[in-house]
Amino acid sequence: MREVNVSKITDCIKRLCIDANCSLNDDIYFSLKNSLEGEKSPIGRDILNQIIKNADLARKKCKPICQDTGMAVIFIEIGQDVHITGGSLTDAVNEGVRQGYKDGFLRKSVVGDPLIRVNTGDNTPAVIHYNITEGDKIKIDVAPKGFGSENMSKIYMLKPSDGIEGVKNSVIDCIKKAGPNPCPPMVVGVGIGGNFEKCACLAKKALLRPVGSSSDIPYIADMERELLVRANKLGIGPQGLGGSTTVLGINIEAFATHIAGLPVAVNISCHVTRHRSAVI
Amino acid sequence: MKISITTPVTRDKARSLKAGDIVEITGVIYTARDAAHKRMLENLDKGIPLPVDLTDNTIYFAGPAPAKPGEAIGSVGPTTSYRMDAYSPRTIELGLTCMIGKGARNKAVTDAMKKYGAVYIGAVGGAGALISECVKSCEVVAYEDLGSEAIHRLEVEAFPGIVIIDSEGNNLYETEPPKYAEK
Repeated sequence: MREVNVSKITDCIKRLCIDANCSLNDDIYFSLKNSLEGEKSPIGRDILNQIIKNADLARKKCKPICQDTGMAVIFIEIGQDVHITGGSLTDAVNEGVRQGYKDGFLRKSVVGDPLIRVNTGDNTPAVIHYNITEGDKIKIDVAPKGFGSENMSKIYMLKPSDGIEGVKNSVIDCIKKAGPNPCPPMVVGVGIGGNFEKCACLAKKALLRPVGSSSDIPYIADMERELLVRANKLGIGPQGLGGSTTVLGINIEAFATHIAGLPVAVNISCHVTRHRSAVI
Repeated sequence: MKISITTPVTRDKARSLKAGDIVEITGVIYTARDAAHKRMLENLDKGIPLPVDLTDNTIYFAGPAPAKPGEAIGSVGPTTSYRMDAYSPRTIELGLTCMIGKGARNKAVTDAMKKYGAVYIGAVGGAGALISECVKSCEVVAYEDLGSEAIHRLEVEAFPGIVIIDSEGNNLYETEPPKYAEK
């Protein structure tokens, strides 16, 4: 058994929280730059330029790209040959978030109870997804997610007879209804299959894949491409003020499902779709 | 052409602004978002006066990130405005003339804007670092316990925006996307 002390996990998460929030990933950055050329709206081009300038400034000054530095969503894959020592893993993860949000001057946006609504003051607890895998490594993905876009996400419990057209129409419906609210240009994560909670997790996980990448499953990759074209014909445009850049990328993940169902989750994200990963 | 706006914004000034106008705002504006709106109006119902006189005032729907040492403010872009739709008709009635945010508003808000004379200006969502450069000073004036959601008094200089909904109800979110929609 390989031993890993929890302090390593805390340090790693602290660093990833700060990096993810202050430095836009290259895939999104270059996708924004590339979209300038095709953007038909002059206001749209102006907005895209401001968004790019903002990302440059944030990186230079190590300042949050967006003030909504999100709830920290953390995926941890733990190899079954790893023995974690030195304390509670969940406490160590939350300690990393606490330190990252404090030392990185990131906004504390978490309330401890959804109805009583008192800010916890340190952005904890994080939303943590644990998975056990083979091997002796720990893979950590930190994906801070703002709520302007999170609030526009939906789950559609379709019937098998709705088929692929039903899935495509659900994705387009969700993007259309989101309109200007989630800070377009958006990035869209889609989960198909599983059950109610599995499809939502798949949609979230789909957002970890770089914009511009394709699914390994050919028909899913075709659907990603087709939906991207359809979404960008909606006219919503940057910030919803009209234009041809509505969505930068649509990533789809699929999983087995029940004979009676076809669940589809659409997790809308913004042009500040963030994540960072590391392996310990 | 950019239109310079200096706060406070009178009802007449708000009525003179038209959807599509590119503006730069200079002067004092106040941040307030979900929790501050709720507390302001609930307190008012209990007879506790507003912490800020809303007459001819500007509210920026935003909650800043903490300032680093030597900076006036952290990143401070707009938050999604529809969450304030429950409160804005009343704040407009109480004297508010200018709202800065991003995203759609409902009919009750636009009706109040038309009735009293108010304007809704869009700032670029997700451009918080860039917008923070226009903020010259920031102080918490009420509800400090709410952290980022407290009411902050900001002095801004050439804060960039675009008039999205004007006091006649013209709305860029309704007029612009159809121009770029393709079959």
